[in-house]
Amino acid sequence: MPNAMSALIEVDNLVKHYQGVCAVDGISFSIPRGSCFGLLGPNGAGKTTTVEMLEGIKVPTSGSIRYKGEPLGPRFRHEAGIMFQSTALQEFITVRETLRMFQSLYDHGAELDELIAACALGDFLDRDTRKLSGGQRQRLLLAIALVNDPEVVFLDEPTTGLDPQARRKLWELVRRIKARGKSVLLTTHYMEEAYELCDEITIMDHGRIIAQGSPDDLLARHFHDVVLQLPKNDFSAGCAADLTVLDCGDSVEILTSEVTATVQQLLAGGVSLDRLRIRARTLDDLFLELTGKELRT
Amino acid sequence: MMKRLLAVFIARNKEFLRDRAALGWNLLFPVLIVAGFAFAFSGAPAPLYKVGVVGSAPQSGFFTTPQVQFIEVNDLATAVTKVERHRLDLLVDVTEGRYWVNDESPRGQLLERLLQGSDGSTLQKQAVSGRLIRYVDWLIPGVLGMNIMFSALYGVGFVIVRYRKNGVLKRLKATPLSAIEFLAAQIVSRLWLIVAVVVVVFFGTHLFVDFAMYGDYLTLFLAFAMGGICMISMGLVIAARIASEELAEGLLNLISWPMMVLSGVWFSLEGTHPLVQRLAQAFPLTHMIDAARAVMLDGASLAAIAPQLGVLLAMTSGFLAIGAWLFRWE
Repeated sequence: MPNAMSALIEVDNLVKHYQGVCAVDGISFSIPRGSCFGLLGPNGAGKTTTVEMLEGIKVPTSGSIRYKGEPLGPRFRHEAGIMFQSTALQEFITVRETLRMFQSLYDHGAELDELIAACALGDFLDRDTRKLSGGQRQRLLLAIALVNDPEVVFLDEPTTGLDPQARRKLWELVRRIKARGKSVLLTTHYMEEAYELCDEITIMDHGRIIAQGSPDDLLARHFHDVVLQLPKNDFSAGCAADLTVLDCGDSVEILTSEVTATVQQLLAGGVSLDRLRIRARTLDDLFLELTGKELRT
Repeated sequence: MMKRLLAVFIARNKEFLRDRAALGWNLLFPVLIVAGFAFAFSGAPAPLYKVGVVGSAPQSGFFTTPQVQFIEVNDLATAVTKVERHRLDLLVDVTEGRYWVNDESPRGQLLERLLQGSDGSTLQKQAVSGRLIRYVDWLIPGVLGMNIMFSALYGVGFVIVRYRKNGVLKRLKATPLSAIEFLAAQIVSRLWLIVAVVVVVFFGTHLFVDFAMYGDYLTLFLAFAMGGICMISMGLVIAARIASEELAEGLLNLISWPMMVLSGVWFSLEGTHPLVQRLAQAFPLTHMIDAARAVMLDGASLAAIAPQLGVLLAMTSGFLAIGAWLFRWE
């Protein structure tokens, strides 16, 4: 955990009830200044509720959220940039007009030309917002989140629905935001994205935090093995009776901390290793281990 | 293609049928409209002529003519103006033994002959003159008022509900924009649009329809502007919390249609059931149209329409207070 002095946002024992359902159940964490903080969890874990309380959109049932040591207030509204999961924009106005409209809501604003260049909006600045592609729309929504040159940016599943190229471009933008000393709170369904961007992640399930730390620390803490992947047709169960083998449809995954010994065992058993792949444990594995669910379900 | 079309059709039907509030309004609204019309136009057919009577009319001779509606007059000056404008065909002061007729009104002259032929020979004629107020002269303030009403109610009420439904309001809530700022922006934006449209329609129509305008333009502007603000505020109350466009549309229809029918847009409420006339007083459109007609047709001053403006102001204050109190971003 970061120490309180360096925390930009501190969350203490946060609770949210909806008509008898406990969506968020007493969570505490802090977001260090200048870091990218990932909030992960399966659908219904309570992460969107948590983020919306942090954004000041929803009121907590109990607990506290402090921004720069103060309760959320006008200062936070001026210094926070928010990109919701899905946002409709006013119709019949252009990208440029939308940016100007949002910028005028803040006391302090980013340089629009720089923002337009950074988010690559130049090609469709005068286009009606209704006529943007998915990627263009996400870039505009990100630009709106940055229009006030915020201290902290909330990105709620910013790359959902984007193609791999558009996703990587958005990652690059997030890295640039971080490089300017800004803090980022990211929720995502993509573990690779969390691993690439986040300095620290928190995994939630059933409204509670079930793991916290840097991605590498969490992986090191939970896993001491690697994964050997083989096509199912190449594998013979008889030669691996003492190994942990996972059935993954067309392939099998063998979990082992002794790669050399396991490979030798497989060779001795007559298994063809021509198509063997060895990979380290990932956040996907961690997530599955902790929540017992596929992230994208 | 048909499969997809059918799937969407069924899903849409389910969505509509399961939105009980919207369904309720859709069923209830036409029933209320039919009932309202039936009530307003119940009773015998309207008489052909209108005669104002000052004092107690004898129940004999001219005063029992079945084709004439005799209307009790308390304000002589207003009634004389109505004779000048052809809105009363004849005015008889039984107590003073006088009658007023507009020499330019064929209907008045016909009634005058009827009066003199029965028991009116002793009454003293008071001739007045004045341009005929045609139906179109009478209609223009009503149509402008109705246009303002629809623009105000739907332009603000419906749009805010749509913003709430599709998340625009949620996005704005995440900015430093306050609810009061947002609502004020909506009011001002719609008001200036309404004023601009009314000015264009008014002068544009005047180019090819030479309608009556006896009053002061600034006073008329004030009547329309205050009516506009009042109905925008009314729209804010409707839109304060609703997130269903269909429910909002139902509510807006429920409000706008009775106003359109019972606020004197198309026909005068004189002669309708007293309860209808009292109900009409609850509608801001009635007061706006009354004030605008008084200015345009009777040349009423600001002081003369102060009662209507006062009612509009009071309604606006009430609607704004309720709207601001009820308003939620989500």
